[in-house]
Amino acid sequence: MSEQSYEPNMVLSTKEFDVVGKRPLRHDGVDKVTGRAIYGADVSMAGLMHGAVLRSPHAHARIKSIDTSKAEAHPEVRAVVTSTDFVDPGDKAVDLGEGLTRLSYIRNNVLALDKVLYRGHAVAAVAAASLHDALEALKLIEVEYDLLPPVLTAPDAMKEDAPLLHENLRMTEFGRPTDKVSNVSDHFRHEKGDIEQGFAEADLIVEREFDTSTVHQGYIEPHNTTALWNNDDRIHIWTSTQGPFTIRDTTAAILDKPVSQVRVTPTEIGGGFGGKIPVYIDPVAALLSNKSGHPVKIVMSRAEVLEGTGPTPGSHLKIKMGVKSDGTMMAAQAWLAYEAGAYPGAMVVPGGMCVFAAYDIPNVTIDGYDVVVNKPSTAAYRAPGATNAAFATESVVNEIAEKLGIDPLDLRLKNASKEGTRRADGPKFPRIGCLEVIEAMKNHPHYSAPLEGPNRGRGVAVGFWFNAGLPSACNIAVNPDGTITLVEGSPDIGGTRTSVAMQAAEVLGLPAEKVSPSVVDTDSVGFTAVTGGSRVTFSTGLAAIEAARDVREQMIQRAAKIWGVESDGVEFRKGVFHLKNGTENRMTFSELAAQIATTGDPIVGRAGVNPPGVGGSFSGNIVDVEVDPETGKVTILRFTAFQDAGKAIHPSYVEGQMQGGSVQGIGWALNEEYFMNAEGKMMNSSLLDYRMPTSLDLPMIDTVIIEVANPGHPFGARGVGEANIVPPPAALANAINNAVGVAMNRLPMNPVAVMGAIWEKNGATD
Amino acid sequence: MPIVFIPAAMKELTAGAAEIRVGGSTVREAVAELEAAYPGIRDWLFEDNRLKPNIAVAVDGVVSPIGLLQHVDENSEVHFVAAISGG
Repeated sequence: MSEQSYEPNMVLSTKEFDVVGKRPLRHDGVDKVTGRAIYGADVSMAGLMHGAVLRSPHAHARIKSIDTSKAEAHPEVRAVVTSTDFVDPGDKAVDLGEGLTRLSYIRNNVLALDKVLYRGHAVAAVAAASLHDALEALKLIEVEYDLLPPVLTAPDAMKEDAPLLHENLRMTEFGRPTDKVSNVSDHFRHEKGDIEQGFAEADLIVEREFDTSTVHQGYIEPHNTTALWNNDDRIHIWTSTQGPFTIRDTTAAILDKPVSQVRVTPTEIGGGFGGKIPVYIDPVAALLSNKSGHPVKIVMSRAEVLEGTGPTPGSHLKIKMGVKSDGTMMAAQAWLAYEAGAYPGAMVVPGGMCVFAAYDIPNVTIDGYDVVVNKPSTAAYRAPGATNAAFATESVVNEIAEKLGIDPLDLRLKNASKEGTRRADGPKFPRIGCLEVIEAMKNHPHYSAPLEGPNRGRGVAVGFWFNAGLPSACNIAVNPDGTITLVEGSPDIGGTRTSVAMQAAEVLGLPAEKVSPSVVDTDSVGFTAVTGGSRVTFSTGLAAIEAARDVREQMIQRAAKIWGVESDGVEFRKGVFHLKNGTENRMTFSELAAQIATTGDPIVGRAGVNPPGVGGSFSGNIVDVEVDPETGKVTILRFTAFQDAGKAIHPSYVEGQMQGGSVQGIGWALNEEYFMNAEGKMMNSSLLDYRMPTSLDLPMIDTVIIEVANPGHPFGARGVGEANIVPPPAALANAINNAVGVAMNRLPMNPVAVMGAIWEKNGATD
Repeated sequence: MPIVFIPAAMKELTAGAAEIRVGGSTVREAVAELEAAYPGIRDWLFEDNRLKPNIAVAVDGVVSPIGLLQHVDENSEVHFVAAISGG
């Protein structure tokens, strides 16, 4: 590929298909742009009541009493619930798709039982005839608190004398429970080689510490739910979620009901990014519905979203890397402490798996700590844990390159992971595109373009995310007009209706427009795991491929029946059935579809998959910035994102993911943080003050899609939803360093932080 | 015989051994052999007679969706890794 051939949005394709790789219009496009798509807040039905949630004003307190009598006496109030309305789950542990979790943690996060652990923690809820009445009734609930000191960062919470959030939380160390009561819920370690020997053989060692802030996913649509607890004891929930089956299973577990009694209909979803996997208000609305006898809808405010739902962890990281003078990486050590928020489950495990994933280093030790603090219980956020880790590692890698006088991409190329590289956590990488991504960065004209002017700098960084497989199901029915109806269980966040439909279309030789995809409720399709882990195009796509193959086989048999031959006498090519006997007999898919009703049974294809062969994705950024040395403001001049998509099923949606992930990474880098006061109150719980980037803050994000086919998928697809958020903070830190010569160790790198670093460099004393 | 890689956290159970060759044609059988030689391994990996939900099995670098039922052959590499999904 010559330099001249690069365009603002490039696809470095390695294989062509008839449908896959093209850019058809999205099937849900008209509904979305006309406002006809039904989102959760649009749900309405006869007798609907409106719910509201009372939340703790304190970050850490014991609940002495809750008096709901005055609220219950309110004439428009139909129901009031607290945590005691739930069945006591005891010590029961459940696996709800995000690993093993104590059910009591989930239940107590949904409605606090005896302690509130963060400001915004839900305490009680009310259902009333109007939202106004519900909000008024909340003021009538009297909660008596016994205030406790909050602890807000991982390093503080790890101190021996730190206030304890959970008096019964005992640390697990190296996979085994200990007797130590602590805010550290888990300590794990990965080891590879001999770390001491590795550092002893290094010519240069760089060691730095970093902090990253708590950051929210910032989905535009707030959480919402409508629940109807019917007279037959069946519960129907309409909700905005990434995982309708997760909501079903979690709600059923909390309410102590069989999953078959809970049906979840996923409405359209206005963003999630991992934050709409956990359950918050669905069981509460269900309880309110049961008590009131009415359907109940709850819609969170923006402040409730920011203060009461799971952001991504803040973290404290220490990175030490040793290299030979020629740049060969010899040893790397990481110490990662991630804030889980109120309940265990920080994303430090994947952070530890990704922290050195881009490099083939013979000697590695990684220690990770999962630490509870008095902030909202954290949730997944796009490559959870990896962005924090890459900010630290990629900053150190750039410092090494600078100190050795080696081009930073050459240093990365020299040490890049490849097929067969053994990861620090054990397994060898299968076919991956790390080298190819870095090579594309090196070859891109952005990298060699002149960058002139004072206080301007260029930075690079790379990142990695594993991606997930997990179960998906799909049904396909053939219609007499030659179209197919495709039913799936994956809520469509990034255009996945179309990317899944295209894969079925490719198998059946149809244009994508002849596929009608639907996302249905949990009673209407087989179990399908969350829309998360960049898994839908890969895994639900595979289910669609298998269901389409099932249809194709049945169609071949039907053609054979019509022609009076055995099915192996029929051949299917590009949407046309051919008789193999040398005659001219042929039928198009549509012609055969029109004969189905008169020649046999309806044709319905089905598939359930839980596929191995997940392809991890590497990504990279080149970014140019200008730093205002008077104010510390960072202006992004040019930004190019690179990512290995395996095969871009729908390149526009891959580009959209890359651009979206880049913008979110830029938000982490330059602006976003939970600004907490000493009492643990978030001081910026609105989108005016919680500053996410807008189009006015950004240049066009150019994209380069690299295609290193994933051997685990028939078309080579890899998940693309997450790896793109990983490198931006590090790339921007390196660009700022290149511009004004300050090493940034903290996110966000807002004007205050940048000016602080500049003043420190210049020797200012205060 | 497949080779089982012992995570750092489990090495105290294997007297420091990092790689152990065992018999068996599935991961379950391989774990049974490991347990016979190094008691305690099973407790580390299992809960309620199943692999703990936060642990996944990777055979030859590929995380297996069927875990303990995964076939292993003579040259397979077996790893116990963290089960992760994403956002």
